[in-house]
Amino acid sequence: MKILVCISHVPDTTTKVTFSDNDTQFNQNGVQFILNPYDEIALARAIELTDNGAGTVTVIHVGDASTEPTIRKALAIGAHDAVRVNATPSDAFFVATQIAAYAKDQNFDLILAGRESIDYNGAKVPAMLAEILDIPSVSIIKKLSVEGNQGIVEREIEGGKEVLAIPFPFVAGTAEGVAEWKIPNMRGIMSARTKPLQVLEPVEVQTSSKIVKFETPAPRGQVTLIDASEPQKLVDLLHAEAKVI
Amino acid sequence: MSVLVYVENAEGKFKKSIFEAVSYAKAIADQLNTSLTAVSIGNVAQDELQKLGNYGAAKILNVNQDALKSFINQAYASVIAEAAEKTAASVVVLSNSFSGKGLAPRIAVKLNAGLVDGAISLPELNDGKFIVKKTAFSNKAFAYVELHADKKVISLTPNSYKIVETGSQAVIEDFAATVKPTDLTALIKDIVRATDKVSLPDAELVVSAGRGLKGPENWGMVEELANLLGAATACSKPVSDADWRPHSEHVGQTGIAISPNLYIAIGISGAIQHLAGVSSSKVIVVINKDPEAPFFKVADYGIVGDAFEIVPKLIEELKSFKANN
Repeated sequence: MKILVCISHVPDTTTKVTFSDNDTQFNQNGVQFILNPYDEIALARAIELTDNGAGTVTVIHVGDASTEPTIRKALAIGAHDAVRVNATPSDAFFVATQIAAYAKDQNFDLILAGRESIDYNGAKVPAMLAEILDIPSVSIIKKLSVEGNQGIVEREIEGGKEVLAIPFPFVAGTAEGVAEWKIPNMRGIMSARTKPLQVLEPVEVQTSSKIVKFETPAPRGQVTLIDASEPQKLVDLLHAEAKVI
Repeated sequence: MSVLVYVENAEGKFKKSIFEAVSYAKAIADQLNTSLTAVSIGNVAQDELQKLGNYGAAKILNVNQDALKSFINQAYASVIAEAAEKTAASVVVLSNSFSGKGLAPRIAVKLNAGLVDGAISLPELNDGKFIVKKTAFSNKAFAYVELHADKKVISLTPNSYKIVETGSQAVIEDFAATVKPTDLTALIKDIVRATDKVSLPDAELVVSAGRGLKGPENWGMVEELANLLGAATACSKPVSDADWRPHSEHVGQTGIAISPNLYIAIGISGAIQHLAGVSSSKVIVVINKDPEAPFFKVADYGIVGDAFEIVPKLIEELKSFKANN
């Protein structure tokens, strides 16, 4: 079984988000970057599914050379080889097109990605990629298993879940539940240095969107504290002042 | 030119988030001096479809074909794109539901359109530009996205746009969509829906609890408070990691982001990753025994004290409030 996992390089979850250049650029100063947590669970599941020689896992990332530590982390966790498309991503369609250009003649059985990246939260790449490749896509999945030439997935829906059987190949966007996070061991970290990392130049793409400005949320007003012995005051305030009940 | 809105149904009924999407799409149609068409896929009764007129849909394309009874995003995306071509739509609007998230990117690729996922306000149209505001960095920031393709696809975050009733009527037309068998290879085997609970992404009120509750056996009072308010229940990451509650209840940066009218956090300290998922809630109430808990800094109302004493009292107060209102 051949699995491709799409990975993204994102600011650490504890990052205080600020902007530079007149609020048009994310300020990377002092920011620690990590492998997107949702992609990391996708990778963990891919490794489980190909355990003991049952297949291979390739990771692909679109980014410049500075993102290579994130790719090496994925190799340390257990991916067999990696591909980096040497470009700074401009939007989701750009990324999906680059991945599709690589994947189209590689005969992957399954392409996994996190449900979304924790920076731009678009959740767009998996379904765009599937559309370009003209194969099924499914998101947000919490379980994934293999049954012959199809995948069995559990998808989240409002207030419940849906189980689907989808013939390979398809693209799935993963969330918590699909696997446990894997911590790379020393052997993994050592072997990651020598695993193959192929660098490809990007294909040309006409992008259709651009972020023109960022804004940070206005700070909230001072908290109104209510004495623990007077919870009825909270009920009154929620009704009369906040008007939410 | 026109505006098209996809109206997702849940077992033949439209939820509030769909009326929000129709109201939002109607406002865009007004901005562009054009009319709004809705496309519905699946088996929805005429009187339910007719409700959409009241939110501004002038016409409804009703796709009710056996092959399209259940949601397969590949096939539904093809139908919506076909409806967009038929109505010469320049803007396609969807609700950013779980299904909407899977549909919008496919539709955008089919139409060569620019996409904004999870919009939170109307487009700004200045000097021929089309700019839409959305949340980014897991609610720690907002991004203004300019779409420069001729066609645009926008998915709207639930609970971020107010419903506007227009009192008008819609014309319902049957629409026979082309169904490609290659779009229908995925097969739904089972659907499980908890019908007795409010679904978290749609919820206007949410009661959430964290490690301060000490164990899963103590969630009874959280559920009782939620039931009383008609609220959904949620939890922090350590709680779902410990399997005290299902992952689907985890709100925060790596769980789901919500923007309810009221978020009540019980025994949650308010780590930055948790705040990211809930900070766009309109009103935040924090109950925590630690007066230094960071959550108090972003709360509107707070009670410092023991949740095991406060929550049962709050439940009693709410019961008498409900009895009198």
